[in-house]
Amino acid sequence: MKKIAIIDYGMCNIDSVARAVEKLGAAPLITDIAHEVAQADGIILPGVGSFADAMKELTSRDDLIQTIKYRIQTHGTPFLGICLGMQLMATIGYEGGKTSGLDLIPGTIRHLEPVIAEERIPHVGWNEVNRVSTSPLFHEVEDRLDFYFVHSYHFQCDPQYVLAQTPYCGGFISVVGKDVCFGVQFHPEKSLKSGARILTNFISLC
Amino acid sequence: MLKVRIIPTLLYKNFGLVKGISFDSWRRVGSALQTIMVYSMREVDELIFLDITATGEQRDPDFEVVDDLADDCFMPLTVGGGIQTIDHVRQLLMMGADKVAINTGAVLNPQLIKDIANRFGSQCAVVSIDYKTHANGVHEIFTHSGTRATGLSPVTFAQQAEEMGAGEILLTSIDRDGTMQGYEPDCLRQVSKSVSIPVIASGGAGNAEDMYLAIHQGKASAVAAASIFHFTEQTPLEMKHYLRGKNIPVRL
Repeated sequence: MKKIAIIDYGMCNIDSVARAVEKLGAAPLITDIAHEVAQADGIILPGVGSFADAMKELTSRDDLIQTIKYRIQTHGTPFLGICLGMQLMATIGYEGGKTSGLDLIPGTIRHLEPVIAEERIPHVGWNEVNRVSTSPLFHEVEDRLDFYFVHSYHFQCDPQYVLAQTPYCGGFISVVGKDVCFGVQFHPEKSLKSGARILTNFISLC
Repeated sequence: MLKVRIIPTLLYKNFGLVKGISFDSWRRVGSALQTIMVYSMREVDELIFLDITATGEQRDPDFEVVDDLADDCFMPLTVGGGIQTIDHVRQLLMMGADKVAINTGAVLNPQLIKDIANRFGSQCAVVSIDYKTHANGVHEIFTHSGTRATGLSPVTFAQQAEEMGAGEILLTSIDRDGTMQGYEPDCLRQVSKSVSIPVIASGGAGNAEDMYLAIHQGKASAVAAASIFHFTEQTPLEMKHYLRGKNIPVRL
């Protein structure tokens, strides 16, 4: 059974991610300990909350960030960032002051700005994920399906890393990918069947 | 396009789900776990679960119940009732809640909104406002399950909540609650207009047209309902088909 490390840095309901992983036939390992992460076949970084606080929590754990990066770079261990976890993959975030991120995918995290008056922030609810590129993450997932979002910031990066976009605030990047690293702005663990399929696809890469 | 959400509300009291009229005359409507499983099967957009006696009984939220419920809930879950401290929030999120609804706790201590937003993010801070409409048309917030007048205006408090970092407003008309006579439109419109965070209309839905009005005229981002799902044959999916026929974006 594939072991999926779910990084617990005290920021969120890791429980629902762990339950989803378990239901999909993998073994979730909730942990913030570097040597446990090093034994996992895949790494999921969930998270809600603010970018600056989250980075503070992550950096305060001995060797955690270094181990995650080492596993990705030298072992090709697949990595999935969910919501804030996706945002933390960027180079820099501007939530809670300018803060360095994990820099797994070159990018910047900025606040969503409405382009029409009806667009309220946070962006809460079900919205489409429109593919702009192919990815194993989308295997047997229909294009333009709705997923559940809840966030006020978004990922900005070079088009080469963009896998999907979502029509809100002029269109924001909702899925990013680079080699074995993936980030989804929505919550697959809360997006019923379509979300489960995305997680299944990630697990099968591990 | 962002879809308008239809959110069944589950009210929890003494080990079971109940539904009342104007926060009174409670009737039992079944087991919480079974109900969550049905809604899970029906793939509803989101669920709100409120423990309506926690504050009155001066007890903590029932973490064990939330833990059990969340096990079968693969959709977004908002949990409320008795939340007074940041540690309550932390525990509820750990048990599987995605968002917390704070009502009495937010009125008594608005700083709590800020603390939740700073610690866990605005997106999980739902400020729940219960109000009554007086004969002269003035709206007033009531706390403690609608039993205590506060002298506060829903519009002013919603604005304050937004400023403190609330991510959504759950706006419930106590007068309309359980009556199935339609959402109270006046306060809904005023609050929606005065904040830029999403507003969830609650209290009074009797049919899909009521939901349409709350969305179209009241500018609600989501509509919550309980009685129509407990006491009539109508389902969230039927409501969505109706709304789509009226050009409201919904997830089918």
